[in-house]
Amino acid sequence: MTTLLEARRVTKVFGGGLFDRGPTLALDDFSLAIDGDRPSITAVVGESGSGKTTLSRLLLGLTAPTGGEVHYDGRDLQAMSRAEWRAFRRDVQVIFQDPYEVYNPFYRVDHVLTTPVAKFGLASSRAAARALIEDVLRAVGLRPEETLGRFPHQLSGGQRQRVMVARALLLKPRVILADEPVSMVDASLRATILASLRRMNAELGISIVYITHDLATAYQISDNIIVLYRGSVAEAGDVALVVKQPRHPYTQLLLSSIPQASAARTWMTENAVASAAVHDAPGAGCKFAARCPSVVSRCREAAPPLFQTDRHRVVSCYLHQNAP
Amino acid sequence: MAADSVSFGLRAGERLGVVGESGSGKSTLALAILRMIKPPGRIDAGEIWLDGVNLMTLSDEAMRRVRLARIALIPQGSMNSLNPVMRIKDQISDAWRDHGLAPSRRQVEERVRDLLESVGLRPEVAHMFPHELSGGMKQRACIAIAISLRPRVIIADEPTSALDVVVQKQVMETLARVQEDLGASVILVGHDMGLMAQFVDRLGVMYAGRLIEVSPVRDIFTQPLHPYTEMLIASLPSLEQKGTFRGIPGLIPLLRDLPPGCAFHPRCPHAVDRCRVEEPRLREIRPAGWAACHLR
Repeated sequence: MTTLLEARRVTKVFGGGLFDRGPTLALDDFSLAIDGDRPSITAVVGESGSGKTTLSRLLLGLTAPTGGEVHYDGRDLQAMSRAEWRAFRRDVQVIFQDPYEVYNPFYRVDHVLTTPVAKFGLASSRAAARALIEDVLRAVGLRPEETLGRFPHQLSGGQRQRVMVARALLLKPRVILADEPVSMVDASLRATILASLRRMNAELGISIVYITHDLATAYQISDNIIVLYRGSVAEAGDVALVVKQPRHPYTQLLLSSIPQASAARTWMTENAVASAAVHDAPGAGCKFAARCPSVVSRCREAAPPLFQTDRHRVVSCYLHQNAP
Repeated sequence: MAADSVSFGLRAGERLGVVGESGSGKSTLALAILRMIKPPGRIDAGEIWLDGVNLMTLSDEAMRRVRLARIALIPQGSMNSLNPVMRIKDQISDAWRDHGLAPSRRQVEERVRDLLESVGLRPEVAHMFPHELSGGMKQRACIAIAISLRPRVIIADEPTSALDVVVQKQVMETLARVQEDLGASVILVGHDMGLMAQFVDRLGVMYAGRLIEVSPVRDIFTQPLHPYTEMLIASLPSLEQKGTFRGIPGLIPLLRDLPPGCAFHPRCPHAVDRCRVEEPRLREIRPAGWAACHLR
């Protein structure tokens, strides 16, 4: 296996300056590897404050890790030459959460598509550029004649987000990092955008890192899942295993908290689970200990490592340290 | 026209949901019930009845007294609607003075403590400022304000849209409990079908400013009447089965540029000629099940 994009024991600490209340550990000893030979969709799921945004900035090389390294094609992002950095910026594309803020309102939407074509020399003539742009727009289900030449405010949020997906596609990337791509898009359009991500993975062999707070969409489109809790991996592995038989108490809490859109009313009848206390457990120990219904004294002494519980899953919880 | 000819009845103690995508007119509807539409917007026509009184005929002053005391609003993003430089206690008691009550300091202390307790907040919270509270705590403080005058109706507009799912569940449990204690009705406005499925008794679905279906929530999820409702439910990713969700093709129409006939017809797979020319009215299709569709 050749590893395409890899985070090696990455830690990111913010603050700790003179007037701070103390450093914040945004991401703690995090590892991730995207296989270059078998394109996959990996979901990273977490609530607010779990380190999702920090992770996406680290994977894009927009911020340097405090500890550990992020590698692309075997090279450390922080030690790349200009040419390597340029290749990285072409091969790894990003789709951001907000389809409103990424556009300059004074430019037509064409601008976000023609700029990468020009910058990376993707087409030899204007006609070739136009053909290329029309192709990628069609690939995401937009009609070029209804999209090009318009200003951002003339498109809906769903259309704008699809233009962003088209822009990412233009560069024929090997990896797309999608950071909450549908959280600001209406329900009826969400499925369409997620389906286009799925298709890009299956048909074009692009690996996708899907960062989200939404376990249901993660389950629907991804192969693997990483559940983050306050900067640490709680549980990771095959998505069906993690969602259908969650092992970590946090994953279980998260899943039971989702109101399901079905006629069966089970949501509020369940016994109230762990409290929402978000105070930092001071010192060492498992970060979830303060909210965990199954906490034992050991959990407060040292943070649990990742235990391999199944062939395709790891769990950071002492309850599973003796798993087969 | 953000909301057009919307009619429904609300029973005492009932939880009614109003669901819709962005621009469907659901928040406009919530504000209209409170007569809080800001100019240049206005309520053109219609009546709003509460316990035998038509709110549209009340003077502004009388309507002001109805708000909070009879109909309370938990606004969208209400965590940002708290005053950042006022202690929680003062924000709660402010409303009492505004409604002509003059409780003594001791009464305020006691009543605030009881209110906070009923929404699951510690008594110390009374003396805190909003920035000292987490999102879920602020949302509960807003619920405490909303129920402080024991209203008959609580309108909650996306009360948990900014919260994580675990906290969302706790806030909704709190809302359900205080509602039952008061015997009040709740109108829950939002876009989350999952939340609706699990919380409300009856659900209204809005599309392009119109109510296109109202049914008991169980019926909506087992046998939706309107094609839009059916496709909206099919577009939701489930945790049960993989690969079962699909989007609704096409776009939500602009309210100032609605298609003729049924506003949904350009996206509807079942549309016939009549749908393109004649707007369907909301009709009772089965007991308690209302839909605006020519095909029913």
